[in-house]
Amino acid sequence: MRRVLAGLAAVALLATAGCGDKSDKSDSAGGGGATGGATGAATGGATGGATGGGVAQASGDLTVLAAASLTESFNKISEDFQKANPQVKVTISYGGSSSLAQQITSGAPADVFASASPKNMQTIVDAGDASGTPAVFVKNQLVIAVPKGNPKGITGLSDLTKPGLKVALCAEQVPCGAAAKTALEAAGVKLTPVTLEQDVKAALSKVKLGEVDASLVYRTDARAAASDVDGVEFPESAQAINNYPIAVLKNAPNPTAAAAFVAFVQTEPEIKVLTDAGFQKP
Amino acid sequence: MPAAAGLAFLVLPLAGLLIRAPWSTLPERLTEPGILAALRLSLVTATIATAVCLVLGVPLAWVLARTDFPGRRLVRALVTVPLVLPPVVGGVALLLVFGRRGLLGGWLDATFGVSLPFTTAGVVLAEAFVAMPFLVISVEGALRGADSRYEEAAATLGASRWTAFRRVTLPLIAPGVLAGGVLCWARALGEFGATITFAGNFPGRTQTMPLAVYLALEQDVDAAIVLSLLLLVVSVGILAALRDKWVTA
Amino acid sequence: MTLDAHIFVERDNFELDVALTAEPGEVVALLGPNGAGKTTALRALAGLVENNGEIWIDGVRVDREPPEKRRIGVVFQDYLLFPHLSALDNVAFGPRCRHVPRRQAREQAKEWLSRVGLSDHVRKKPRQLSGGQAQRVALARALAAEPKLLLLDEPLAALDARTRLDTRAQLRHHLSAFPGATVLVTHDPLDALMLADRLVIVEEGRIVQTGDAATITAQPRTDYVARLVGLNLYRGRAQGGTVFLADGFPLVTAAAQEGEAFAAFPPSAVALYASRPDGSPRNTWPGTVTSVARHGDALRVEIAGAIAVAADVTPAAAVHLGLEVGREVWASVKATEVRSYRA
Repeated sequence: MRRVLAGLAAVALLATAGCGDKSDKSDSAGGGGATGGATGAATGGATGGATGGGVAQASGDLTVLAAASLTESFNKISEDFQKANPQVKVTISYGGSSSLAQQITSGAPADVFASASPKNMQTIVDAGDASGTPAVFVKNQLVIAVPKGNPKGITGLSDLTKPGLKVALCAEQVPCGAAAKTALEAAGVKLTPVTLEQDVKAALSKVKLGEVDASLVYRTDARAAASDVDGVEFPESAQAINNYPIAVLKNAPNPTAAAAFVAFVQTEPEIKVLTDAGFQKP
Repeated sequence: MPAAAGLAFLVLPLAGLLIRAPWSTLPERLTEPGILAALRLSLVTATIATAVCLVLGVPLAWVLARTDFPGRRLVRALVTVPLVLPPVVGGVALLLVFGRRGLLGGWLDATFGVSLPFTTAGVVLAEAFVAMPFLVISVEGALRGADSRYEEAAATLGASRWTAFRRVTLPLIAPGVLAGGVLCWARALGEFGATITFAGNFPGRTQTMPLAVYLALEQDVDAAIVLSLLLLVVSVGILAALRDKWVTA
Repeated sequence: MTLDAHIFVERDNFELDVALTAEPGEVVALLGPNGAGKTTALRALAGLVENNGEIWIDGVRVDREPPEKRRIGVVFQDYLLFPHLSALDNVAFGPRCRHVPRRQAREQAKEWLSRVGLSDHVRKKPRQLSGGQAQRVALARALAAEPKLLLLDEPLAALDARTRLDTRAQLRHHLSAFPGATVLVTHDPLDALMLADRLVIVEEGRIVQTGDAATITAQPRTDYVARLVGLNLYRGRAQGGTVFLADGFPLVTAAAQEGEAFAAFPPSAVALYASRPDGSPRNTWPGTVTSVARHGDALRVEIAGAIAVAADVTPAAAVHLGLEVGREVWASVKATEVRSYRA
């Protein structure tokens, strides 16, 4: 038995290495959050007024935690922002809104939080981690993602109950799942999905891989995957609109640049970037 | 000193869970519907996955340890792939093979009407895929440590290869197989990435404890802690019970 | 149950090429120094190493069969009793493999164990057995499988001197009761002489001499065999009653012989003198002592000279002669003690 245990201990090391999957998201986000630190720029100033040209005194590192659904848009926006503010270096860490919120309440050093749901933003507001009142900058709504060409001819939520049709939804615990539930209830459709995915990207990839025939995802996600999936709009999605709030964090190492960034996101050209990606103006 | 540090490193996170656990609300949280279903599913699938690994993995380990064929080193390296592969990727890989449009999945579906993704069998498959290397490596090590001349002795007494393996080699390497099985089971029990990717997440059917924990974490950290503790207590309890049985036997 | 085998095994830097026969009931000993290839020969017979020769048992060719189909029993040097099985189950293993029902197999095993005197030890695990007991279980296990040919690899080597004596006698008894042919491998001449009907001497992968114990001990044909049986051995050309060794040294022998011949005499036949003996026997030559060592009750003295020779003297004589390394002495052997035979 002693040899058994020795063997156990030896391979247990391997086991822990192999078990890292669950923390992937928080790892990447936490790593990103480690940058930052206030620089010589004026720090006493109020929120920087910003029009397209940016704020002259913003400089240094800026760390943004943003919902995964913002990935494509925020990459572009941060590029634009750095063009306007060459002295700022922006690092964005994307992740599920709830795990990002958890990181913030656990003290992750970050400047800005852009959430995919008010609920997660409320978490950090309640914890006293937000500076000022969060602003809703875009909203997102659900579409039915179907394989390219819509082979099953799905036109609305009621089609999803057809026999033999496999549907993936997000789990109710995550925002897209909650929205899907609201929309389905609004439509009076009772649906048994084959799986409740842990986030919207996972639900979408099940469609991409052809494992399910349809899935309820955000319009932005369907659009980002336009080469593989089509997004079918449906009226009930109006009942389940998801607001995206953004806020400067109270313990932001670089509050000046943070405020500048939050303002920048809400300028006209950048809103255009977001709407091109499938978001709607608030 | 490093040993103490190592132990602390392993034990402190556990202590963190225990300290943060919402002890006062524990009873009602534990009786929430769905929790027992997830626990039961976890135990059942991990056990079946371990059985699958034993049936497939022990012969594989024997081939690796006892035979010599061109490319054996490569095969050996391939066996360990699930160890280094991020489990989520493992899940995708399984979909590419056993999924509806997969290499085998399409044929399975058309021929037998069998579809593995989003089923409990899919959970077992995903867990077995990720856990099997632990068993194979363990058993292969035990086989290499065992004296192969016992197999020769058995052969001179008229035992076929299979009989020699079953009646002589297997009992000799039993501790290694046991250790491998335990590791395999533990790994299968904690499996998350491949399971959620391949089998999806549906309460009662494919939602194992780690999936339930992950989703609980989205909403309520305390619930996640409770679920984790439950999984921990049950698995440690089972392993301890098994160990006692073997030691006294 | 006749064995007729040609064993041919090639391995890096080593070639084993041995023809071996054994009749039913016969015990053949493969005797040779370490590394001669004896164990390899045994493993080739059993099918545990690849053999490029042929093996026939009772007119059936078996060398293409796997070990389990050959009906060849092996008692391994370290016995290889299955550690997780009791003595009884070890012995019952062979019958079980031949699909004898469990109870019956155990009955047979019990009988075999009682035959080797281990009735009281059937339940014991191998690690609870003494060396001699383990050896007997191994023998019972091999015999219980009812082999046509029995192979024993250094069957007594793992035992201490005391146990060895008893076990050897018992082994001899059991081998004589075994109806099939037996081949045993040993590097101990005493084992070979005591247990075997016929000896096959193997050196460097080749047979150098075969014969029964009497022939081999009387007429060794290599230095190795001569040393084994304790004889001084020389090779030369015989002319009548004299064998002329390679360097021309004449060794007068007991009987006349012609042509290539061996001459042999035991160390005890050598007499040593401090100076040239008077009335000298014919085989007398001077030499230098190179070593003195205890040998049973006597001292064995190695002497270099015209011919190298080993002599056995009593301790008293050694003291009298002042024997020590480097001492000059005269050696002498009576012609009647020197046997000559054809090379």
